Amino acid sequence: MVELVLFFLLGAAAVAGAVTVIFARNTIHAAMGLLGTLFSLGVIYVVNLAHLVAAVQVIVYAGAVMTLFLFVIMLIGVDKTEDTSESLPFQRKLVGGLALIILLLGGGLAFGGRFSWTPAATPGGPIPNGTVQAVAERLFTGWVLAFEVTALLLTIAAAGAIALAQFKRREEGQ
Amino acid sequence: MIVTAGWYMTLAAVLFTIGLLGILVRRNALVMFMCVELMLNAVNLTFIAAGRAHSTLDGQVSVFFVLVVAAAEVVVGLAIIVAIFRNRATASVDELSGLRG
Repeated sequence: MVELVLFFLLGAAAVAGAVTVIFARNTIHAAMGLLGTLFSLGVIYVVNLAHLVAAVQVIVYAGAVMTLFLFVIMLIGVDKTEDTSESLPFQRKLVGGLALIILLLGGGLAFGGRFSWTPAATPGGPIPNGTVQAVAERLFTGWVLAFEVTALLLTIAAAGAIALAQFKRREEGQ
Repeated sequence: MIVTAGWYMTLAAVLFTIGLLGILVRRNALVMFMCVELMLNAVNLTFIAAGRAHSTLDGQVSVFFVLVVAAAEVVVGLAIIVAIFRNRATASVDELSGLRG
């Protein structure tokens, strides 16, 4: 019962944030909407007993990533309103028709009950408790190679970002 | 009523669709980038829900890797957006047609 109420509250908050991202004219408002969605998802993770993932979600996404976004928004400046005129005239009608077909198909499958989300799962199993110890055990036994590869990926990304900034400065100096 | 994994997956599908819609509709590169983050988060929610349905921790471990890749992607992507902005003084993807044939 508690989970039901939480699901609807947080789900509505997440969807509202996501809609804000799309429809906000001001880029800062879009960033705030994304922040709301990220926080709502963090609480949903806690409801699903993914404690460590929820903490990382708040620290990495709501902390680091959103700070980076806000920095860049301030650097670039809040853009003037976008030009919404369409250069391909037939595109909107085509997309509208396709969207209607997909909506009918997807809605029919979902509400017709033919669409099982997790077919191979045995229902009623215990919810895995994502404590730090449990996740770390899984991470450093079965997934250790993927863990090392992501470490490499992060190093490459950091070096690449620095290189992008450096190259620009050298060109300007010449 | 009991909240099952399918409910969370429905929410994730809605969030993913909103993110996709944003990428198709908006032209500000920063907002498009936020929509990518939205889609990644929707997939993370799917991982958590599937891990819950299968009673395994692997779903939560997968979320970690998605988080790391998303962080790396944000760093490089924002660096590219800033570099483009310095050259062309715009963040609108429609005006970046320098490679058009």
